[in-house]
Amino acid sequence: MVRRLWFAILAAAALFSAGGTSAQTQAPETITLASTTSVDNSGLLAAILPDFTKATGITVHVLALGTGQALDTARRGDADIVLVHDPEAEQKFIDDGNGLSPKQIAWNDFIIVGPGDDPAHVAGGKNAIIALTAIATKEANFVSRGDKSGTNALELRLWKRAGIDPKSGAGSWYKDIGGGMGAALNAAAAMPAYTLSDRGTWLSFKNKGPLKIAIEGDSALINRYDVIELNPKTHAGAKLAPAHQLAAWLASQAGQDAIGAFRVGGETLFNPSAADPK
Amino acid sequence: MSDFATLADAFASRELWQIVGLSLTVSVSAAGIATLLGLPFGAALAVWRFPGRGAIVVGANALLGLPPVVVGLVLYLLLSHSGPLGSLGLLFTPGAMIVAQTVLALPIVTALAHRAAEERWAEYGDALMDLGASRIAALPALIAMARAAMLTAALAGFGRTVSEVGAIIIVGGNIAAYTRTMTTAIVLETSKGNLPLALGLGMVLIGLSTMICASAFALVGRAGWKPGGV
Repeated sequence: MVRRLWFAILAAAALFSAGGTSAQTQAPETITLASTTSVDNSGLLAAILPDFTKATGITVHVLALGTGQALDTARRGDADIVLVHDPEAEQKFIDDGNGLSPKQIAWNDFIIVGPGDDPAHVAGGKNAIIALTAIATKEANFVSRGDKSGTNALELRLWKRAGIDPKSGAGSWYKDIGGGMGAALNAAAAMPAYTLSDRGTWLSFKNKGPLKIAIEGDSALINRYDVIELNPKTHAGAKLAPAHQLAAWLASQAGQDAIGAFRVGGETLFNPSAADPK
Repeated sequence: MSDFATLADAFASRELWQIVGLSLTVSVSAAGIATLLGLPFGAALAVWRFPGRGAIVVGANALLGLPPVVVGLVLYLLLSHSGPLGSLGLLFTPGAMIVAQTVLALPIVTALAHRAAEERWAEYGDALMDLGASRIAALPALIAMARAAMLTAALAGFGRTVSEVGAIIIVGGNIAAYTRTMTTAIVLETSKGNLPLALGLGMVLIGLSTMICASAFALVGRAGWKPGGV
């Protein structure tokens, strides 16, 4: 019996080495896309990438990270292409020689969501700066991602434009949770608190609790998604050719149609914009 | 996993069983490797006296609380393409997840095996040596004598690996249909606000690990061992 137990353990070990080997000799037609939680958790990539795989035979492994982490993963050479939404971080990535010029493939918008009883009296407004000023003045709870994501970067730019240093509210009304969009929405629903969210994650999020959209429709809240191919000079080891195929497909008619056709609860989450960037 | 609305949907899909399969493959492999290495190593620490032995024993016990997220981060930096082991191409693969969990389980198995072997060695060491056994030949005898405690050591290693998420989400990347396990799927569903599904997956995971531990004890029982005894 002892022998049988050892046999089972050995079998498990054999399984491991087999798994390890096949993982190392991955089919060459697999590429890694470093992307953001907002495009993956909303279901967009799961909905459209099978079309790409069918058309090209290329399988895409998606890493759903914040924009900062996604760019850093690609910078280290651990991804073959990125799909992100923070123009400033993207520019730095490109200026550092890591990427070629970004190609916008879709846009939607950010919204500020908050408790239904609206303690800062901002609901229905169209101006994010005015709303944030009111939230800070009333010291109403506000959840920040605090994770260097594209959403976090925009939030910090908005505070700056409002002339407010939200860190002065750290420990009281300004809650920097250091987490993803989902974690921020879960926290905001529980407190409750205001937070900045991309519309895609918000629409597909299932634990809204007392939260409602407070601010939408400000042109400062446009959310642009760019695909960036890696610079062959610095990333010669990446799978650049299949990655280029993905970038081209996302901007192609077929890719744009697939993005536009993706809906959650009858609503379009991402507006294709390769032909007419916002 | 993004298409599951409820646990009922999840049960009806093949994706869930693929996730369950990968979870078990990774955690059983890692616990198995940790057991293969940890039992003899723990027993050897009881049998041999050499300089630094005490430090290794203290080290193994200290590492019982090794933070998974730190193991994940260090392995990530090692396995990254810009890191020293990048050429292995292991990052964001199931292989990397097994390596991470093996690192986490090894100190647990080693420390518990050492404790069990040390007691037996104190009791029977002289007798074993009198019988003319060499120290190396005494190792399997010692492990067999303390087999119930050794099984507990192996299961403690499995308990660590099957429940772990901090390390594998970093080195595995939680890639759908490739490196997504039960624990990383629970994190993902929680982040999507799908709390009932996340909780349901948690129940499935607890059920599975309970079944595996129960099977191990049943196996021991049939072989005439008594858990907790010798």
